[in-house]
Amino acid sequence: MAFRIIVLAKQVPDTRNVGEDAMKSDGTVNRAALPAIYNPEDLNALEQALQIKDRILDTEIIIITMGPPRAADIIRESMYRDADRGYLITDKRFAGADTLATSYVISKAIEKIGNYDLIISGRQAIDGDTAQVGPQTAEKLNLPQITYAEEIITCEKGKIKVKRRLERGIEIVESTLPALVTVHGSADPCRPKNSKLFMKYKHAKTQTELQTIDDDYINQTIKNKSYLHIDELSLDDLDCDPEKIGLLGSPTKVKKIDNVVLQGKDSKVIADKDADIKHLMNDLIKNHTLG
Amino acid sequence: MTNFYRDNDDLKFHLNHPFMKRVAELKERNYKICEKENFGKDNIEPNEYKPGSFEDALDNYDSVLEITGDIAGDLIAPNAESVDAEGPELINNRVHYAKGTVENLKALRQARLTGVTQPRKYGGLNFPTTVYSMMIEMVSRADASLMNLFGLQDIGETVKEFASEEMKAKYIPKFASGEATGAMILTEPDAGSDLQAVQLKAHWDEKSNLWRLNGVKRFITNGNAELSLVLARTEEGTKDGRGLSMLMYERDDTVQIRRIENKMGIHGSPTCEMVFKNSPAHLIGKRKFGLIKYVMSLMNGARLGVSGQAIGISEAAYREALKYAQERAQFGKKINQFAPVYEILTDMKVKIAALRTLYYETSRFVDVYKALEEIELERELTTEEKNELKQFKRRADFYTPLVKGLSSEACNRITYDAIQIHGGTGFTKDFPVERLYRDARITSIYEGTTQLQVVAAIKGVTSGLFTEMIDEYASRKVSYDLEFMRKDLQSMKKEYLTSIEIVEKQNDQEYLDFHARRLVEMAGNLVMGHLLVLDATRDARFKLTAEVFIKKAKAENTDKALVIKEIEAEFINNYKELTKLP
Repeated sequence: MAFRIIVLAKQVPDTRNVGEDAMKSDGTVNRAALPAIYNPEDLNALEQALQIKDRILDTEIIIITMGPPRAADIIRESMYRDADRGYLITDKRFAGADTLATSYVISKAIEKIGNYDLIISGRQAIDGDTAQVGPQTAEKLNLPQITYAEEIITCEKGKIKVKRRLERGIEIVESTLPALVTVHGSADPCRPKNSKLFMKYKHAKTQTELQTIDDDYINQTIKNKSYLHIDELSLDDLDCDPEKIGLLGSPTKVKKIDNVVLQGKDSKVIADKDADIKHLMNDLIKNHTLG
Repeated sequence: MTNFYRDNDDLKFHLNHPFMKRVAELKERNYKICEKENFGKDNIEPNEYKPGSFEDALDNYDSVLEITGDIAGDLIAPNAESVDAEGPELINNRVHYAKGTVENLKALRQARLTGVTQPRKYGGLNFPTTVYSMMIEMVSRADASLMNLFGLQDIGETVKEFASEEMKAKYIPKFASGEATGAMILTEPDAGSDLQAVQLKAHWDEKSNLWRLNGVKRFITNGNAELSLVLARTEEGTKDGRGLSMLMYERDDTVQIRRIENKMGIHGSPTCEMVFKNSPAHLIGKRKFGLIKYVMSLMNGARLGVSGQAIGISEAAYREALKYAQERAQFGKKINQFAPVYEILTDMKVKIAALRTLYYETSRFVDVYKALEEIELERELTTEEKNELKQFKRRADFYTPLVKGLSSEACNRITYDAIQIHGGTGFTKDFPVERLYRDARITSIYEGTTQLQVVAAIKGVTSGLFTEMIDEYASRKVSYDLEFMRKDLQSMKKEYLTSIEIVEKQNDQEYLDFHARRLVEMAGNLVMGHLLVLDATRDARFKLTAEVFIKKAKAENTDKALVIKEIEAEFINNYKELTKLP
């Protein structure tokens, strides 16, 4: 009996190098100004899915990503690591979506794909840092959700056991399946790309991308090989309420973005004496820096 | 986020060498291979990942090198310190690698960098040796000890070249999928450089229809591998190399690992002493060909690998030294502004560029003859192809010991200098240069000492092949502003010919042996000088490198020519005399 995992992954601007042009005047992120990368915790999520595939032979991993046409990169990157296929949800009418509108569209796509056992996503994306899309998607699909997963300990048809990384320790929980799991960055890092899969899938293209290739040979090659097709989903493919999508469906408004720089402020000089050191220790314990 | 491929433009420069077109064309049979058989262990059909054109193939090489560079820079290099400190452990007759080594091997396996040069029908990538050589260099730069395990995929290469179809289908996919690591089990306590003295016995066991191995092997890298090639004496009563055969041994409980050597460097690589007790084995290829044919092939691959290891270590040492010299201030100045320091740094950089160009030239030679040998197994070669095979094999057989000898000796010098630039801090364990210095030391010893590389290379130097090579290089067109270097190389050649004449005139083998290393080093300088001029023609950034290299090489050669001139045949008796007593 096949086991189907859907992994939610996002292409994000690399916010580790934020410049002044990081935000557009309407308060949304200026994606063009930053290099696009695979959201780090989504890679942790993909690795958890791949580890299940290592254990359960007949596992299918489907990637869902939502974004502009170039987000197809996320699906290829996943296929280079042994995901089976993916869907790019792309439509100008979805643009400007906040977490609510995004999770709405994603849940509609998941319903369309159907027959899944498990949905895995990263805990949060490094652009918005909301950690809401996973949980909201679970709610909309009426699924149990396990957040902050560090390790999927066991997973079989109908049942999952997960280790959660919490602020002050770990928690081991069990759930029935299907369920949605969001994965924390402390989980295993994602495996490297597989050279052979890279060579197999490097020409995988969406319909939109295919139209931009004028090399007949490559065009024909892609058309003849079904595994090189990346599916696209637009509004027309999904059963969505137009009022719940895009900017219109997004109650969140970003007021402004600040570049926060952490600076050291006051310093305190401690003398090299037992009493002073004891004092410092007490302070640190009191404010929970230690202990 | 360090990528050892992207941060080193020289690798891409050599990947883009014009000759790679021919290499890829041969390796891909003109892009017409259509493999119906599939013995590979992955669920991927050979035809699903074959390139359709040279551009496609080159893009594959480039992208997979980038994957390798990521693993080397982001995982292997950060693990190197703990691997060096931990090393492997022997528990219950099994070798357990250091934690970092386990992680590194897992990543390389997941990236399927385990059967790089193997045909796709066995699950390999079907990449040229030149690309594999680049991977070796990057892995070694990250952690020299890991190269020994990574490089042992060469065992599969020997199986591919000499084993029966049945054996190939059985064993190569295990290497290619990373399911098995390999070992080449040659050395014995009394058979090191002289492998003809190998004694480990193999006898035919009628009952089980197998060969059985009995005896002791020593200094075996990765002795506990799943699949090992063992050099053993199958012909009872024989004493020399003609009684030796190559056998495949699959790991079981009949072999006792006596110990892991406590070594100076490459700590991550387990070096084992092992005792075979009636261990089952399968013959690879033909009886009695073990040493004379198969070991030579295995050895040439390993020598090329060690050259890459030496260049990788050198690159790491140079970068450490450069970084330190740019940051460290003394007497109110950064130390890289002092002449004695920048001279060292520049010499390091130039030496590495010179050795690297020789290393990839050698790799391309290997590629051409190996690809033609592969084709020869499929169909008869044309006369032209036969000549090409012969020509390139001759070149590879000359350049392989040449680059191994030169690069390993330079690596020792470069790591020594890297510590010198660090001063006292370089002598502590706080900086990686001391590890690099220890790791470097073995490169001029194993897979044949430098002294033995000279023995292998001197034939090429004296046979006329060497002059044929440099004349061929000199005949290629270079831009006008590089011509002046050609003049220097011309006068170096003249000086070299005088030296060789002095030596050959004596017609005395011992006298030739005495000066052989000097002659080989002089020849090496000439070859590298010519190659750098050609590199500078392709990319102007090598112009200064070539100029600096040739300037020093010229002075070095004059030095050696002088020694040859001064130390005449009778004089070498003094060398024998003086060390008769302590």
